[in-house]
Amino acid sequence: MKPFRIGSGAGYSGDRIDPAQDLAERGELDALVFECLAERTIALAQLRRANDPKLGYDPLLRDRMRAVLRPCVRQGVRIITNMGAANPLAAGEAIVQVARELKLARLRVAVVTGDDVLAWMLEHDVPLIDSGESVRSLDGRLISANAYLGAEALLPALQSGADVVVTGRVADPALFLAPLMHHFGWKADDWQRMGQGIAVGHLLECAAQVSGGYIADPGFLDIPRLHDVGFPLAEVQEDGTCVITKLAGTGGRVDRLTCTAQLLYELEDPARYLQPDVIADFSAVRLGEAGADRVEVRGATGHPRPSQLKVTLGYREGYIGEGQISYAGPGARARGRLALDILEERLRRLGLSALERRAELIGVNAMHGPALGAECEPYEVRVRLALRTPTRAEAELVGQEVEALYLNGPGGGGGVTQSVREVVAAASALIPREAVRTDCRILEL
Amino acid sequence: MKVRDIALARSGDKGNRATLSVIARDPKDYPLLERVLTAERVQAHYQGIVRGPVQRYTLPHLGAVHFVMNEALGGGVTRSLALDAHGKTLGFAILDVGLDDLP
Repeated sequence: MKPFRIGSGAGYSGDRIDPAQDLAERGELDALVFECLAERTIALAQLRRANDPKLGYDPLLRDRMRAVLRPCVRQGVRIITNMGAANPLAAGEAIVQVARELKLARLRVAVVTGDDVLAWMLEHDVPLIDSGESVRSLDGRLISANAYLGAEALLPALQSGADVVVTGRVADPALFLAPLMHHFGWKADDWQRMGQGIAVGHLLECAAQVSGGYIADPGFLDIPRLHDVGFPLAEVQEDGTCVITKLAGTGGRVDRLTCTAQLLYELEDPARYLQPDVIADFSAVRLGEAGADRVEVRGATGHPRPSQLKVTLGYREGYIGEGQISYAGPGARARGRLALDILEERLRRLGLSALERRAELIGVNAMHGPALGAECEPYEVRVRLALRTPTRAEAELVGQEVEALYLNGPGGGGGVTQSVREVVAAASALIPREAVRTDCRILEL
Repeated sequence: MKVRDIALARSGDKGNRATLSVIARDPKDYPLLERVLTAERVQAHYQGIVRGPVQRYTLPHLGAVHFVMNEALGGGVTRSLALDAHGKTLGFAILDVGLDDLP
């Protein structure tokens, strides 16, 4: 049986578009997956939808589709994406509209819904994961609740023969597992293949992070031509083993190191990677270099799937006010330190000193705190003050106080920036599988 | 000699936990990495940043040690006040650990 070729068209919502277009045109793919949902993206999308019922899907959806739809339809490359975010149906309609603009002869889009479980969460009380609280503690602040669907939810869409499958919250690796299950006819309780399919998905879901992105360290680990890094694809066999590779002529690299770094990325216990479809076990994965930019992956397995699905809850949690100002030249660090001392006194005077905050010097201790920050004298430092406040008005005071350092603070301060943002935070809970009903709707051009 | 001379590192986020993978560039250097980078050593290196316990997983066939660092991200990516809310820059800090001063 010839391998199934599956590509990764985006590793996050803002990712580059041209490498996906290259994959669509030259990849000889069977499927192209766009993973574009981070933890709180749906909550933010839900707020956009509340303002306009035609919105709430990924803002770059149309641009991505304009770049890949024609070559994908011409070559029969299935597109699978979670760019539906908080409004998969509107996303499906937008995709059909792009196809019309491109004057395609026909297009079938399958819209998969059912991840939105806000109504259930408003009626039930379940504990929040990693918190002593329950869902009811978010009453009045809850914006969204979305269950992580598994690959199974996408199978009816694939069986319908759709050219594009668009959905909202689905576990990232499941976007890749679903077309593999569909193509090879893998059974949902074949835990070994499910585990290996999740390994394929996990390796591809962050796009260039497996093909040379996010790893370069000049002089220690050099990667060629990151301005033109190729997005990855996998050639998957019926037994789930695969080769991770990228297109000839693109920048970046695929080797043992890039694949190991991505295989372990954001895992907790590598032997128990909890997914809606399987508890994947990567503890015995073997990676073998099989030519230039080719790595063979085998040995992943799995255990029976969890009985509950994870839910991400988006909720409002006040505001963050922030201000920054720079100092440079001799004594930059001491002047920055003085600025922070002045701000501390000002917060006290404004009655804000009890609030959670960070006061730091970018260039000295803003990333890793005082213990790891070197004692050297930097040429320039940037003062940063960030405060968590209950109201927008209090948050605005932070930037104003930093700006006032121009005329009232140490000498030579410059380049003030200030910002206020409403915090949409994410929490997690579990929902019984049977409380989640998925649906598939077909739209045609 | 430092960890940077034999390994690379990548960190990621999971709620309020940071994950950290350290991978030997040459698999034959893995045993040294495993000996030096104990959970205690990593905990001590990230003192003041990581407030909870550190768990270690060893993956000799991948040449990698993997850590889960609890309570490391200021309450979690989505609410943190930190400039690097994801803790993405944390990974490279481990490369500064010395290989010679073994306990």
